[in-house]
This record gives sequence, C-alpha cells and structure tokens, in this order.
Amino acid sequence: MSKPYYDAADLRKFGKITEWNEELGTKFFDYYGKVFEEGALTAREKSLIALAVAHTEQCPYCIDAYTKDTLQRGITKEQMMEAIHVGAAIKSGATLVHGVQMMNKVNKLDG
Amino acid sequence: MATKSLKKLGNDLSQSNKQLEILSNGIFKNGELPTFKDKISETSQFPIKAKKLEILQINVGYMCNQVCDHCHVDAGPDRKEIMTRDTMRQCLEVIKNSGAHTLDLTGGAPEMNPDFRWFVEEAAKVGITDFIVRSNLTIIRANKKYYDLPEFFKKHNVHVVSSMPHWTRGKTDKQRGDGVFDKSIKALQELNAVGYGMPGSDLRLDLVYNPSGAFLPGDQAAMEKDFKKALMDDFGIEFHNLFAITNLPIARFLDYLIASENYEDYMYSLVEAYNPTAVENVMCTNTLSISWDGYLFDCDFNQMLELPVNSKSRHISEFNEELLEGRNIVISQHCYGCTAGAGSSCQGVVA
Repeated sequence: MSKPYYDAADLRKFGKITEWNEELGTKFFDYYGKVFEEGALTAREKSLIALAVAHTEQCPYCIDAYTKDTLQRGITKEQMMEAIHVGAAIKSGATLVHGVQMMNKVNKLDG
Repeated sequence: MATKSLKKLGNDLSQSNKQLEILSNGIFKNGELPTFKDKISETSQFPIKAKKLEILQINVGYMCNQVCDHCHVDAGPDRKEIMTRDTMRQCLEVIKNSGAHTLDLTGGAPEMNPDFRWFVEEAAKVGITDFIVRSNLTIIRANKKYYDLPEFFKKHNVHVVSSMPHWTRGKTDKQRGDGVFDKSIKALQELNAVGYGMPGSDLRLDLVYNPSGAFLPGDQAAMEKDFKKALMDDFGIEFHNLFAITNLPIARFLDYLIASENYEDYMYSLVEAYNPTAVENVMCTNTLSISWDGYLFDCDFNQMLELPVNSKSRHISEFNEELLEGRNIVISQHCYGCTAGAGSSCQGVVA
C-alpha cells in the first residue's frame, strides 16, 4: 500500500510541533491566535483571506481548516469561491505581469 | 432531502441503544478520545448535578410537517407519538405545584398536537406567564387552520423561538426541505406584522441557528449581526436574538455523520472545543424534559436516547421536585455537543 505524503489526520497533530521546540512553537501559536482575533479586520474577513491564501499556497491542511472555519462563520459557498478567485487572479496576475520583463528583454535584444 | 423518519424507514439508528453503542465504541472505547465522564472528571465536574428546576420543557409529540436532515427527534409526518390531554393535565398539576417559571413547548411541531391551544390556555389559567413555543415557522403557512397562530401566540404572550438555519434560500432548503425558506420568510413577516420581534416589543421572537453540516456554529453575536442585516436588507424582517445551537450526534444527525464519513472528525471537533465553563451552565441543570407519554428526562436529547432521569421520580404522575433536585445527570458522549466552544443549549450559548 502506498503512503501519501499528506494525511488529513495530521492536521490534528499540528500542536505537537511545540514538543520539539517549545519556545518557538509556543510563540508561533500565540502569534497565530492573535492574528486571527477580531481587530481592524473582522474575524470573518480574516477567515476569507486565509481561505484564499490557503489555495494560493496550495496547503491541503489550510484548505481543510479554513473551508470549515468559513462554513462555521456562515459564509456561503459563492463567497468562498469568489475569495479563491481573488487569490487566483493575483497568482495569474503575478505571472503575467512578468510578461513585461519578457517584453523589455525582447525589445532590448531584438530591437 | 429526507421524506421519511428513520423509524419509518426501519433504519437501525432509530433504535436508541444502537446510537448509544456507536457513541460508546470506536474512538471512545479505544482511548483515542476521552469519554465525556473522563473529560469532566479532569476538572472535578463529575457528576453533574441538577440544580433548582426553572424550566419544564414538554415535548407534546414527534409529529411534524417537515423532515429536516439533522433532526435529533427524528420527527416527521409519519410519527404518531402525540401527548394526550390526560398527560397534559398531569403536567398542569406539576406546573401549579412546582417552582418552574417557564414552560417550553417543543416537538415535532408542537402546534400539530390537537390539544396544543387547549394546553396553552389552561397553562395560562394556572399562572404560567413565561411560555416558549419552538415553532418551525412553516407550520403557520401549512394549513388554513394554523393561519391565526401569530394572533394566538400574541394573545398569550408566547415567546416564539424558531429555527432558521441560514439567511439564504439555498442553505435553508437543503437542510429543511424545498420551499421551507420562502414559507419561513412569509411566517416571519406575519409575526412581525402582529408585533413579534420588533425593537422594544414584549412579544419575543428569537431565531435558532444550527449548522447545516458537520461543523460547529460560529460566534453567536457575529452570526446574529449577519442574520439581522441580511433578513432586514432582503425582506425587511426584524427579530430579537439569535441562538446558535450545536448539532448533537444523535438520531438523523448521527446517521448523516456516519453516512458522510464525518463522524470521527466531528467528535474530534467537539472534544477539542470542550469548554469546562460551559459545563457549569448546561441546560440539564435547570431544565426537565417531559416526553409525549409523560416520562422525565434530563434533556430532550436524553429523551430521544431513552436515557431516563436518575431518580425514583420518573414519570409526570409521580413527579417529586425534592427527589429530582440534586439528582445526577445521565451522560454519554453526545453531551460534548453542549460543552463545545461557547456551549450550547435551547437558549443558545451558555459560556
């Protein structure tokens, strides 16, 4: 039987990273918790940002976690998909805007 | 979308012992997750003891005009368990003589009990002023004979608590059946029209939100804000408060969790979100649940699991408030549903 690199059940064990470096692990989770608290942005807005970034980072754990989190906040699937498109648009925009660099180089070399 | 109860379908999970077996085996038996008893023992909160009785929650029957996907009662049009007037009379005797100040009527659709109005009128006569009716809203539009329910509720100053899973049609109808959203909106507008749910009005109208799937409810205050804005913007509807309630892993919701392979993850979510502060205020400490045939339970969930109160006083005919006060609450793993996050009760969050 082949073993996959990712196991959904590993997400539950995330907290265990603290066991091998308590100071840094604890600081990370404190920071993480604080980031997602209600602030100048609502917790709901932050959750949607996290969902979009989870996709651009292509992190399966984060996708599981923030799909559930957005559902819990009553966010609709239409809103979730739109958030992902924002992430995808920035990703593709980031690719395409480099086209200008390609064009500059072509113009310089083949002017 | 379900059209028949598990009982009618002959599903194994319509048997309470099968449900309790699932809740005690697997991840709880092999020690992967702590049992509820072990968990509350960590904070010396075992056993949970009943305090002074404040609320009598009476289930007047399992018949309902809807067959919601996640119903913990497994209610539906095919359920014939209905409270008789004789049992209601016994309940009235208890109400007269007990310290309970609130009468909370539930079902099924409580309004479908043919003696529902008689019961409310008689209870009003014996001095109950704090009535709650858990109305599914669509019943008000289901048949002409129910059209005047808003006026009836108003006459007796009934506190109406209604299920409304989402402010969008899609999510509501998926959980509760096609057309439920439109009928619920119409019913809410009719309740508003007689004064229910209006700002400053004594006619209380609260909504209940429970998640449409295998996830926990979000922050109650934030959800209330979203519901209020959407229902006002889209339909001009007002209501007082939103109660966010966690789905307990029993009956149809348990069936759904198992069928969708979400059971273990859901139990993990509940256990991870365990909040000892919520244990202090779980509703079984001040509420008693009475079944359609007059038996006493710590809560409506234990009623469905057929876990009777741990007391010599087990039926409304032998009700003894002194015996019941201080009794040990009967628990199993479903209790994690009431202690997750900010806690959950028929009155919403508790912590």
